[in-house]
Amino acid sequence: MRMRTFAIRNTKEILRDPLNLAFGLGFPVVLILLLSAIQANVPVEMFEIQHLTPGVTVFGLSFMTLFSATLIAKDRGSSLLQRLYTTPLTPVDFILGYTLPIVPIAAAQCAVCYITAIILGLNVTVNILYAIVFVIPVSVLYISMGLLCGSLFTDKQVGGICGALLTNLSAWLSGIWFDLELVGGAFEKIAHALPFVHCVELERAVLNGDFSGVFPHIFWVLGYAAVLIVLAVFAFLRQMKKQ
Amino acid sequence: MDAIKILSLTKKYKDLTAVDNLTLTVKQGELLSLLGVNGAGKTTAIKMLSCLISPTSGDAFLNGKSICKDTAAVKEIIAVSPQETAIAPGLTVGENLQLMCGVHGLTKEKQNEKIAELTQRLELKSVINKKAGKLSGGWQRRLSIAMALVSEPRILFLDEPTLGLDVLVRSDLWELIRSLKGKVTIILTTHYMEEAEELSDRIAIMKEGRLLVCDTAINIMEKAGKDSFEKAFIHIVKEVS
Repeated sequence: MRMRTFAIRNTKEILRDPLNLAFGLGFPVVLILLLSAIQANVPVEMFEIQHLTPGVTVFGLSFMTLFSATLIAKDRGSSLLQRLYTTPLTPVDFILGYTLPIVPIAAAQCAVCYITAIILGLNVTVNILYAIVFVIPVSVLYISMGLLCGSLFTDKQVGGICGALLTNLSAWLSGIWFDLELVGGAFEKIAHALPFVHCVELERAVLNGDFSGVFPHIFWVLGYAAVLIVLAVFAFLRQMKKQ
Repeated sequence: MDAIKILSLTKKYKDLTAVDNLTLTVKQGELLSLLGVNGAGKTTAIKMLSCLISPTSGDAFLNGKSICKDTAAVKEIIAVSPQETAIAPGLTVGENLQLMCGVHGLTKEKQNEKIAELTQRLELKSVINKKAGKLSGGWQRRLSIAMALVSEPRILFLDEPTLGLDVLVRSDLWELIRSLKGKVTIILTTHYMEEAEELSDRIAIMKEGRLLVCDTAINIMEKAGKDSFEKAFIHIVKEVS
């Protein structure tokens, strides 16, 4: 009950910000439309819809990081959290209350991307539903990055770190726009050591119905998600004690 | 009966002693003001009493519950209105009250009753559907106090409740705080002499973490041999260096 109330409040704060809606839902859709238009005018396969859409759904999740980080950082800055720390809400209530409301928003964002892709010619298969289900663990990974950043940085710093740095990392090191093998070398190795490319490959495998191709990417995603959740919880509790 | 019993409460940050061996009692229904210049330790003392930070040593008992050993029980009987306005800006006034009702575990029926009662008591009806973030400073502070009252606290901490507000809004909030006196034990921190003098049963003056004096405004003036409370405060604070 207590956690639910807090989670509902967080959902309202996120959904009532028009910038969140514009970036969270609008931007990935614009990317799909724009890159599909480019694809239609070039003779080589660059942004083929079956290949592009899973990547954009993952890239869109970097906005979930921004949402969660901004919300927490703003709450810390406004003393609202200080007030709530003096109520019977427990640390578990806080962490779940910040995490759970963003998961359905992430799934909705993913669904909107696939609906756009279907309009642009993506084959309708049951794998689309599986891809939306598999985006859930990926979204937890991105949300925990937000929880971590929001606990460590101010809302202005969060704008720079999550809004600029993380979205760029998620864009360039994920293999969404180009094949990482084309760059090769250290760039490719670094990209494969980070979770972003594994998130994209996981989603692509699911959408293609290649469920054996889910491995080993799912382990990377779950492993990174677990580590980031632990770090985020630790950082959150630390700043809670520092109040 | 003592609502708050503070025993040698101390908070140290490396070389800095923010609160130094604070010992004090506050009676049930009493309004005690903590007064002091910047860095006196008022906010740190309130943060320890409201279980936001742990003391380095010492303890305090709120309605008999230890702030060190029984924080969950303490949180059930206190409420805090922090120094900066602590509201959810994207929610309406009504939703902010609903949030506090929910985190305190009130049933839906009780929530409606409580919101109606506080709306009337704090005259929030005209702004109940407005977004809290769009309200003026005075309304936000009023909402902040209303949010603190949702849980029917037995002990209420008001950290500089009228800071930065104009004289009319401040007078309204004083009226509100006066209406709570006797029903709720209140600890209020302030920079304003007249606020402490006007509202308090007793005033505790702190400097550099230490309690210099705790008495009624009249007794403090008498002890300092001054004809105004402000002069008495300056005399006491300057005397101890």
